[in-house]
Amino acid sequence: MARTESPVDVVLVGFGWTSAIMGMELTDAGLNVLALERGEDRDTVPDFAYPKMADELTYGVRYKLMQRPAKSTLTVRHNVGDMAVPYRHLGSFLPGDGVGGAGTHWNGHTWRPQPQELRLKSYVEENFGADIIPDEMTIQDFGVSYDELEPFFDYFEKVAGISGKAGNLNGEIQEGGNPFEGWRSDEYPMPPLARTYNDTLFADVARSEGYHPFPLPAANASVAYTNPYGMQLGPCNFCGFCERYGCLNYSKSSPQTCILGALKRRENFSYRTQSEVLRVELDSDGERAIGVTYIDPEGNEVFQPADLVILGAYSLHNVHLMLVSGIGTPYNPETGDGVVGKNYAYQMNGGSSLYFRDKEFNPFIGAGGNGEVINDFGVEQIDFAQEGFIGGSYINAAMTNGQPIRNMPLRAGAPSWGEGWKQAVQETYGHVMSIGSHGSNMSYRDCYLDLDPNYTDDHGRPLMRMTFDWKANDVRMTQFMKQKIDTLSKALGPDDYRLSFKDFDTRYDVRPYQTTHNVGGAIMGTDPSSSALNRYLQSWDVHNVFVMGASAFPQNLQYNPTGLVGALAYWSAKAIREQYLPNPGPLVQA
Amino acid sequence: MSLKDASRRRFMKGALTGIPAVTIGSGVSLTASADEPPQQLTDYQPAFFESAEWDFIIAACDRLIPGTGPGPGALETNVPIFIDRQMEGGFGHAADWYMKGPFPDDVPALFGHQIPLTPREMYREGIAAVNDFCQNRHDVAFAALDDAARDQVLTQLQDGEIEMASMRGSYFFDMLLQNTKEGYFADPIHGGNKHMASWKFIGFPGARASYREWVDQHNVEYPLGPVSLNGERG
Repeated sequence: MARTESPVDVVLVGFGWTSAIMGMELTDAGLNVLALERGEDRDTVPDFAYPKMADELTYGVRYKLMQRPAKSTLTVRHNVGDMAVPYRHLGSFLPGDGVGGAGTHWNGHTWRPQPQELRLKSYVEENFGADIIPDEMTIQDFGVSYDELEPFFDYFEKVAGISGKAGNLNGEIQEGGNPFEGWRSDEYPMPPLARTYNDTLFADVARSEGYHPFPLPAANASVAYTNPYGMQLGPCNFCGFCERYGCLNYSKSSPQTCILGALKRRENFSYRTQSEVLRVELDSDGERAIGVTYIDPEGNEVFQPADLVILGAYSLHNVHLMLVSGIGTPYNPETGDGVVGKNYAYQMNGGSSLYFRDKEFNPFIGAGGNGEVINDFGVEQIDFAQEGFIGGSYINAAMTNGQPIRNMPLRAGAPSWGEGWKQAVQETYGHVMSIGSHGSNMSYRDCYLDLDPNYTDDHGRPLMRMTFDWKANDVRMTQFMKQKIDTLSKALGPDDYRLSFKDFDTRYDVRPYQTTHNVGGAIMGTDPSSSALNRYLQSWDVHNVFVMGASAFPQNLQYNPTGLVGALAYWSAKAIREQYLPNPGPLVQA
Repeated sequence: MSLKDASRRRFMKGALTGIPAVTIGSGVSLTASADEPPQQLTDYQPAFFESAEWDFIIAACDRLIPGTGPGPGALETNVPIFIDRQMEGGFGHAADWYMKGPFPDDVPALFGHQIPLTPREMYREGIAAVNDFCQNRHDVAFAALDDAARDQVLTQLQDGEIEMASMRGSYFFDMLLQNTKEGYFADPIHGGNKHMASWKFIGFPGARASYREWVDQHNVEYPLGPVSLNGERG
């Protein structure tokens, strides 16, 4: 028999960026807020302290800060008719675990989407005609506009403390920024990071080719900074242990460095760790959540009553919780009916590795968000009708680390072992830079999430099943980027370079790390027949459940998701505070 | 030894003896060894591998990263010790992996690990299979072959030409090679990379983790040797 805890006004499921934001906003509104985090408690000291973070094997290779598949994973298949098999060890993507979530071990690339990306389907139809959208492609509008979100992008950038250069201030194009970006009401809170050698080489070549390079917007502090919550960031020291690591220097924006110190002081806030939520409990007619059931650190089942339930777990877990809790109708790929699990999408990336015999890059001198970017081939720049695909990429030269187990790019044809391998290592380490394309991924009728019929977790819940593979539209997009990067690579004049892009026969491979930008499955929109959430991230079906995170994206952006995830959390919080609390119920009438 | 113990001991040692200041202008970099010197491979008693298996690990590591040519080899950097220790830890036991069945046959390689074996079990079965293969072809175990024959067998293993009961032979090879490189490049605290020799070879400064003043010194070789998690300075 489950123990019942004292009721709270709000329960937050998971304790990463979005729950930290909701915690601040809803305690501000005077509510009694509790966060339940299934992982461990973590803070800069002692968990990320020098020197233990500088351990590639433990954190970079054995994933000490990540989700353990033994405790939580999903199954994967390529096609609807296949049997899915478990994602048994981490590879392609790395969901976070513990307080701070993936916000502790990201690199910190912090973008706003293009205005066109938030209304992609309408943009395509208006500019190129509905008939260029392939039949199986299921792209949609987000249901919220860039103009509506602008204040929330701005505030999230100020809370997180982003280093960058504006390219469009209130419509005025700014030298040195991204001239193609949506308008900003304000500059970035910090100037760009200092430039590494690869940055300057790439910027010079990009400029000479007629493009518009600018510094990557980084959640790594370039100067001393205090955010609106009074949290302090110190300048990044380019330690070269950013992604997969907690920051040892109070420099990388994370829930810990930017929010939690302030939030934990509030008397109407509390959190419990090692407390895994199994499901959201609904009332008898299934229209209202009454709380959540979780497993406490001793293994007991606990019922936590709450008036408002906010899912702030990793995107994939939010969708899983909706499916196992019966919130919304599961998506059916045969009929296209149902919404929960619909439109899972990923990220289409490619790259070039350039070898220069006589250049010293010192790759171990790196920051997570260090990099120079061009947006000249973004979604908003491309004539989809002419090029034959829908989508776009930003192209960048980044240098995040020189950790030798994982970051040992060798020349084409180099032996993988033996004396020849050692020679190749000696010849290339420190002499390689890269250019990458980071691209959109559209959504498709048969790329989705549902419950697996064969595999269960330790609690007996079915694992979630991912059905996903690469599609021709997105391969055409990345092949277009390959041509552009080939030209840029040649222009840089390396002794040798190697291109790595997906092709039409490339199947989704769960082994190599690609990106932890898993999106969709609990998508936002304007119509309950085609989306799980309304424009305020509120469940259409259960009005006191709000679902944060990139699970709300109807297809993936060409950018990293966190900037939009943060802004949407603040947007949703404002709607809860100003509209929902005075009058609880659906915020949009279906 | 835990890190906490190591730093406390270092502190106490410093307090008792006084740490000499660097003499300005001496031009000589002081180096320091870790409190606990690395073990000698020849003295090491493996915890997981049995004698014949240990012979295989040593012989295979010696060919995957040989001592000849530029830079140190796997044996002089204690890579076999690293692998033995990994077998005893969470990795060897697949402690973090989802290991529930069913395990369907013939799942394409790009779905990753899809067999019921832990890395410990993979090594046990994989080494036995390679030794059987060598017995059949060459009448001796792998470790008794000469270098050229060992390389040939490893190439056959890599190319999937050695059959195993529960896994692709190439999958075992991939794990062996990956773990060998891990032991070569990981911090010495994990048992390999003795005296940070691989880091000195490639110019990786290890756990220094602070380069603010070096960011805009472009195309200049970084001048300092590596440091390790347990205080070794090279």
